[in-house]
Amino acid sequence: MKALPRLSIEPGRVILAGTWTLAAMLPQLAELQAQLAERSRQADAWDLSAVSRLDSAAAVLLWRAWGGAWPEQLQVSEVHKAVLGRVAALPGDIPAPAAPPPRLPEIVGNLVLKAMANLRGMVALFGQLLLDLGYLLRHPAEVPWKECAANVYKAGAQALPVTALVGFLIGVTLSYLSALQLKTLGADLFIVNILGISIIRELGPVLVAVLVAGRSGSAMTAQIGVMRVTEEIDALSTMGVSRSIRVIFPKIFGLTAAMPLLVLWTSAVALFGGMLAALLQLDLSLVYFVENLPRAVPVANLHIGLGKGLVFGFLIALVACHFGLRVKPNTESLSACTTSAVVTAITTVILADAIFAILTRHIGVPQL
Amino acid sequence: MTADPVIELRGVSTRFGRLVVHRDLSLQIEAGQIVALVGGSGSGKTTLLRQMLGLIRPSAGSVELFGVDLNEPDPRVQRDLRRRLGMLFQHGALFSALSVFDNVAFPLRELRYLDEDWIRRLVHLKLAMVGLTMTHAQLMPAELSGGMIKRAALARALALEPELLLLDEPTAGLDPDRSQSFVELVGALQRELGLTVVMVTHDVNTLAALATHVAVLAEQKIVAFGPKAEIAASDHPFVAGFFGADRQKLL
Ligand SMILES: Nc1ncnc2c1ncn2[C@@H]1O[C@H](COP(=O)(O)OP(=O)(O)OP(=O)(O)O)[C@@H](O)[C@H]1O
Ligand SMILES: [Mg+2]
Repeated sequence: MKALPRLSIEPGRVILAGTWTLAAMLPQLAELQAQLAERSRQADAWDLSAVSRLDSAAAVLLWRAWGGAWPEQLQVSEVHKAVLGRVAALPGDIPAPAAPPPRLPEIVGNLVLKAMANLRGMVALFGQLLLDLGYLLRHPAEVPWKECAANVYKAGAQALPVTALVGFLIGVTLSYLSALQLKTLGADLFIVNILGISIIRELGPVLVAVLVAGRSGSAMTAQIGVMRVTEEIDALSTMGVSRSIRVIFPKIFGLTAAMPLLVLWTSAVALFGGMLAALLQLDLSLVYFVENLPRAVPVANLHIGLGKGLVFGFLIALVACHFGLRVKPNTESLSACTTSAVVTAITTVILADAIFAILTRHIGVPQL
Repeated sequence: MTADPVIELRGVSTRFGRLVVHRDLSLQIEAGQIVALVGGSGSGKTTLLRQMLGLIRPSAGSVELFGVDLNEPDPRVQRDLRRRLGMLFQHGALFSALSVFDNVAFPLRELRYLDEDWIRRLVHLKLAMVGLTMTHAQLMPAELSGGMIKRAALARALALEPELLLLDEPTAGLDPDRSQSFVELVGALQRELGLTVVMVTHDVNTLAALATHVAVLAEQKIVAFGPKAEIAASDHPFVAGFFGADRQKLL
């Protein structure tokens, strides 16, 4: 077994023996500390010659017990004296690195500044994107088709199952709840109008946007962020490859292209779910539903829905890429930026949706 | 004191899919030895250190540290075992979200026994040992140079006053002056505390100045292990190739 640190006292002399290391001291640390503090007040002669091992944690402990000065009489081996010497060479009281607690105006100011910086970053990214687009139009051979296609596949094709599942369930729920109400009013046939307008114009695009922001947006931020942490982005630019054309552009292009298709797909599945629920709940045949859909829902609603998909996809990718580029090379910043990306993307989408609602308030609403 | 060897590997085999890195490898390291582990790039030195830490389980054989099997199920035994060793990773593995100071303070704070003043003194002591100053202490790992990362990581490995120190290429990326002071530091610690050190190194100067023993990893095995002078005199083809003209330095 390991030898324990031992402490004994003779008249006028403190004798330490055994192993004075962190590991050996740990089980009885409080006791040792108290004893040392007490002894150091009683005696000023210390005998450490029987100590077999003395590490710097123990040296700091002793030095503190001595009140930051060598005792008057000290017997210690050369090796252990060197350890104590290193502790003695430290500046006496090391100030704690103290940051003053932030005050309210500072916090608010910081938040505003951060929001402005983010806004400016996104505008700059948008500008860079326009420049890239101009460049690519003039040099079509340099369009990174492969990356674009890969992004359409990742953000679009691979999202088909989850968006279908969620869309179907929302369709069923909405239809079921509306049917209950409509039945009491005897207005069963209006289920087509309710489902058609709400899903195609509003729910489809927003639902997909929220799912995609969580799914693809966070993935984009994390990927670009890790590329920054591991200096891969720098490696790209040393090879003369533009990071905005090779990394950012395909992501934004891919998601902008894939989103309207996802919206179409999700709305279709959600409508199908609604139709099934209507069939079971109201005995409304599928054929009737499909035949009446174009009459109840002007086609402008579909255009609005797809347009929303396009804009939402662009916004999500822009926000995600912006936050990815802001990641600092540490894990904390990576997680913070990914969170901000998803939250900001969803907020931006809802905001854009409200603007859409106002701008298109006269379009595609059936006049009864 | 116990007579258990500090590290004992018995018949260890390591496999990554098809790739066999170690085959039936055995090695026994006694307390107080400073063992230099040498071998070609990709021969599995880092992997062997990870075996010793229990980060990878061997596909066959057993690893014992201080006479305790790494497969020991009791988590408290495991934790106490880990506290007795320090590891310097090849690429530092500093916590990127913490400053240098907090990186070194982290294992000390985890003990939950030491007060802040004690921790602060210890951290500054360790940083001073590896030649980092107070100003460096507040930097984040991403703001350090390659050599500074090495030194900060060494300070962290030393934080808990380990009895066993595993070093993966400690002097790679250090200038000759720093290498020299590293050699002196580890030498001094070894004398003061009777440390056991296992270090992977490609640097013949460090090896010559510091190591007491040399283990040669080649052909998936330890092909030679023994005191420095003995290995230098051996005529194994890898040894001849590795030390080449520097063989004289070892003697
Ligand atoms: N996690 C892993 N998965 C698959 N193969 C691995 C893994 N880690 C290491 N290897 C392989 O094991 C072999 C040994 O790797 P290791 O990192 O131990 O080499 P090394 O001796 O430390 O080399 P160096 O001196 O270059 O650091 C290499 O061929 C490597 O490709
Ligand atoms: Mg290695």
